[in-house]
Amino acid sequence: MKILVCISNVPDTTTKVTFTDNNTKFNTAGVQFIINPYDELALTRALEITEKSGGTVTVVNVGLADTEPSIRKALAIGANDAVRINAEPVDAFFVAEQIAQYAKNEQFDLILTGRESIDYNGGLVAGLLGELLNIPSVNVITAIDVDNGVANLERDIDGGREKLTCKLPLVASAQKELTEPRIPNMRGIMAARTKPLKVVEPTSPQTYAATVGYDLPAAKGGVKLIPVEQADQLINILHNEAKVI
Amino acid sequence: MVLVFAENSDGNFKKSTLEAVSYAAEVAKSNGSTVVAVSIGKVEDSKLSELGKYGADKVVQINHGAVEAFVAEVYAKALIQLAKQHDAKIVVLSNTYTGKSLAPRVAAGLKAAVVSGVISLPETQNGFVVRKGVFSGKAFADVQLNTETKVLAITPNTFTLTTFDKSAEIIIADGGVSAADAISKPVEVSKVTGKIPLTEAEVVVSAGRGMKGPENWGMIEELADLLGAATACSKPVSDMHWRPHSEHVGQTGITIKPNLYIAVGISGAIQHLAGVSSSKVIVAINKDPEAPFFKAADYGIVGDAFEVLPKIIDAAKKMKAAAN
Repeated sequence: MKILVCISNVPDTTTKVTFTDNNTKFNTAGVQFIINPYDELALTRALEITEKSGGTVTVVNVGLADTEPSIRKALAIGANDAVRINAEPVDAFFVAEQIAQYAKNEQFDLILTGRESIDYNGGLVAGLLGELLNIPSVNVITAIDVDNGVANLERDIDGGREKLTCKLPLVASAQKELTEPRIPNMRGIMAARTKPLKVVEPTSPQTYAATVGYDLPAAKGGVKLIPVEQADQLINILHNEAKVI
Repeated sequence: MVLVFAENSDGNFKKSTLEAVSYAAEVAKSNGSTVVAVSIGKVEDSKLSELGKYGADKVVQINHGAVEAFVAEVYAKALIQLAKQHDAKIVVLSNTYTGKSLAPRVAAGLKAAVVSGVISLPETQNGFVVRKGVFSGKAFADVQLNTETKVLAITPNTFTLTTFDKSAEIIIADGGVSAADAISKPVEVSKVTGKIPLTEAEVVVSAGRGMKGPENWGMIEELADLLGAATACSKPVSDMHWRPHSEHVGQTGITIKPNLYIAVGISGAIQHLAGVSSSKVIVAINKDPEAPFFKAADYGIVGDAFEVLPKIIDAAKKMKAAAN
């Protein structure tokens, strides 16, 4: 069983988002970067699967050298080896093409991603990979078990849940309930230092989409406080003034 | 030509689908082309032709054994085939779980740039640019799509419906797919009935640790029920299993943008605000006057949830009674 986990390097969730260069670049000054939380769930689940039925877990990241601390952390959590595709992750299609290019020759049984990165919120890489590699893609999974070359999965659907089965290989994206994240222990951290981290150059650097500018939400006009003894007035205000109910 | 995927839920078109059709019509109007809606699965003819009212010129219906249940690889294959056949330059989907399973596959099949979570009509003055939410609601990005064919997944509750005085012509097609294309097999679907899905809700009543325990959620559910709202919760509440994970809104949960978001007993950490700050109107109820939520809210009540909620529920009951 060979599993590939795609990880993204994202700003920590407490980051106050600002931009530079006339609002065209994310301001990384003082920002702590982490493994995208959903990708960490994908990684943990991959490890649980290989611990049970054998196999290896490889992590792949499309990024420049500054993403290596996150890759090392993934190795510390337990991945066997890692690959960094040395390119700026400009857009989802570009990222997926790079990963597909690498994965094509490696014959992975299962590819896991997070449901989306918490910075660009695209949620596109799993589906793109599925089509590019001509294998099924199952989004927002909350459970996966693999048995005899077949995966049993559960995923979120609009207004409910679905159970499905799928022959391997396949790509799936991790939703929150999939598992609990694992904290690397000292042994893991030590071992990670010597685990293989291969750097490969990108192929055909075509990009399809590019962010041309950023903007921050307009500041709120200030809160209108309703005294607690007149709390019942809220309904009236929402109905007649705000007109939202 | 603009192709729009008209997603159905048990044979009915949801508002998010009609929004996608209207959006496609707006895009088609600006570039002088037509709208072809694609419906997959069983939907009555009257409902199909009604898509004309929202801007579809034609509706292609695919309804045979191979598409009875949603299978991403099959539905995507059909959409790719139709987009090529009709020479679609733009493909529009709704940013629902279903739409998001399809958009990237369709994009890959068409070698098209794809943007999900779109919240604006395309700007075409200088290239083709759409706006989307990024950093889980903390910011917006303007994204330029540089390919001839483009795929857009648009955020529900963002675009107003436009109506037209026309009825769409129905065309039957097989989409070039057969049962052999399905590799993944749905086994069982369980839908939550009688509840409004969080991402589609226009009103959301949300609560946090201030509710003290899961046993006190009756009031939240009652208020939501009276307002026709969905219920949501903060991260600590879902982490402590007081409420299901599916209700968790915030940076690592769901991002929502209802017309009205009522937050009860939620302090308003930056990660939570990220997921809800696009809501049109925000009400914060918290006993701590220093709670950060008050800085992000339009209306606030400084008070204990257990004192404030009964008053609001009473008022909502009265309003409902008066409306009947």
